[in-house]
Amino acid sequence: MKLLYFAWLRSKLGKAGEDLTPPAHVTNVGELLDWLETVSPAHKAALADRRAVRVAVNQDYAAADHPVRPGDEIALFPPVTGG
Amino acid sequence: MIRVQREDFDAGAELARMTAGRADIGGLASFIGIVREKTDAGALSAMTLEHYPGMTEKRLAEIEAEAARRWPLAASLIIHRYGRLLPGERIVLVATASSHRQAALESCQFLIDWLKTKAPFWKLEETAAGSQWVAAQETDDRAAERWRKS
Repeated sequence: MKLLYFAWLRSKLGKAGEDLTPPAHVTNVGELLDWLETVSPAHKAALADRRAVRVAVNQDYAAADHPVRPGDEIALFPPVTGG
Repeated sequence: MIRVQREDFDAGAELARMTAGRADIGGLASFIGIVREKTDAGALSAMTLEHYPGMTEKRLAEIEAEAARRWPLAASLIIHRYGRLLPGERIVLVATASSHRQAALESCQFLIDWLKTKAPFWKLEETAAGSQWVAAQETDDRAAERWRKS
């Protein structure tokens, strides 16, 4: 699974992305975030305020119950501030 | 038309191109967003816009298509820059053309309001106090909410 991080999630994690293989019980966005928190203290800190984290699955906004599959591109980022 | 680019744009030339040879257009509305020096954290020295290549273009195209569904548009254009910009530099151009002014004006405001809350861009402000990511504004959410169809 390809993870991408933007804005302060990227700064806090110290990387723009990584390839990870979550365990089989991770089937949706919410479960993925729960599991990501266990990957490292940096991941736990970056995801501490879950309300400030938006998720896109294959470049579409996704809610917690949206399914995730191996091979998906999952992006984590704060609420957008363009324009 | 959607363009996400690092370089500046010539708004006059872009608007002229939109209406060139189009006898059906009676009104052209545009909005240009500019980097403001004054921020809550003090004087801004620069602003860096980060985006999500691929998703940004997809979301902008979706927003533009939604505008075309709601208003009878003859043409529309969104140019959004990324990278490090200085105060006074242009960030974004939104333009809409229609046979009448109301559709052009309303859809132009719709595009910038929706873009601000839906397109994956993030602003990093540099001031004398350091660098800080800009937090999303509730006023922007309310502006976008206005256009939600019940």
